[in-house]
Amino acid sequence: MTDNLVFADLDATDRALINGLQGGFPVCERPFAEIGGWFGLSECEVISRISRLCHDGTASRFGPLYNTEAMGGGVTLAAMWVPEDNFDDVARLVNSYPEVAHNYERTHVLNMWFVVLTENPGRVAEVLQEIEKNTGLRVYDMPKEEEFFLELKLEALAEEVT
Amino acid sequence: MMLDKFEKNLIARLKTGLAHTARPYHELAGGLGCDEEKVMATIKKLKDEGVISRFGAILHHRELGYKANAMCVFDLPDAHVGDFGRQITAYPFVTLCYQRKRALPRWPYNLYCMIHGKDRDIVLRQYTQLVSDLSLEEVAKQILFSDRRFKQTAGNYGTAGGSDD
Repeated sequence: MTDNLVFADLDATDRALINGLQGGFPVCERPFAEIGGWFGLSECEVISRISRLCHDGTASRFGPLYNTEAMGGGVTLAAMWVPEDNFDDVARLVNSYPEVAHNYERTHVLNMWFVVLTENPGRVAEVLQEIEKNTGLRVYDMPKEEEFFLELKLEALAEEVT
Repeated sequence: MMLDKFEKNLIARLKTGLAHTARPYHELAGGLGCDEEKVMATIKKLKDEGVISRFGAILHHRELGYKANAMCVFDLPDAHVGDFGRQITAYPFVTLCYQRKRALPRWPYNLYCMIHGKDRDIVLRQYTQLVSDLSLEEVAKQILFSDRRFKQTAGNYGTAGGSDD
C-alpha cells in the first residue's frame, strides 16, 4: 500500500512520541529531558527526533493550539458555490485574506469551504462581505453553535496504521 | 477573555511552536525580556483558561498518511443535536464535531463531523457504520470529500489562529 511509504521513516519511538505528546507537553525548564525520562531516551535524542518530525512535515509544530474564541476573537466556517472555470481565481482571492486559515475544495455544489479567524469578532462579517463583493458570489456563513469535544484520538489512528 | 500585552506577545511568539533546544521557555523569555518562570506560569494560565486548548504535537494528517478527509453533515432536530454530537465523538475516526447554524434554505445541516482516514473507501465505511449505529438512515445528510487543500496556516496575524487540519 502506498500509505506505508509515508510511514517508512517513522519508527516505533517516533510514533510513541507523537502519540504521547498530543497534549500535556511538559512546561518545565528542561521539557525535552522530562520527555526523555518518560520514553527512556536522552534529551538530545528527543530534540533530534522532534526536529526531524517537524522538518519532514509529519508534525506542524510542538506547541499550542489556540482557541480563537477564548481569546476574544471571531471564527466561522464559510462556503461558496464557485463555477469551475473561476475556481482558481476565486481561491486566490479568498486565500489572499490573512484571516482565512484553511481553504478546501469539496465535492458538492458548495465546492469551496474555508475557515475565517479574526482578532475582532466583528471582522468576520466584514471579511465575508468583502469576499461576496469582490467575487459576486454568495458566501454561506455557518458559525459554530457548540463544539463536542473529543478524546485525543491519534493513538488509535497510529495503531491502525502499524 | 481580556489578554494583556505580555500574553499577546507570548501567544504570537509561541504560534510557530517551541524551539528545539534544551530550554525552549528560556529562549522565549529572552525574546520577551522576562524570566523563564514568567513564561512558564503564563503558558499554564493560558492552558487553564482555555486560550491554549492543547499543548503538544500538532500534526499534519495528510503527511501522516490520512489522505482522505470527509466533512459529514446532518440535519437533526435542534432538541437532539447535542445527544447525537456527544455520541459521534465516541468514534475513534471522528476528529472534530460541531453544531453549526444552518444556512437556510440551501444548507439545512446543523451537525458537522470530520472523518480522517487513509483513503476514501475506509472513510466511507466508517461513515456508513456511524449512520447505521445511530440510525441516521432517514436523516438528511451529506458527505463532502476534499481533494485539494489550498491553504492551511496557523493564522498569520496578531494573536488569533492555530488549528488542526
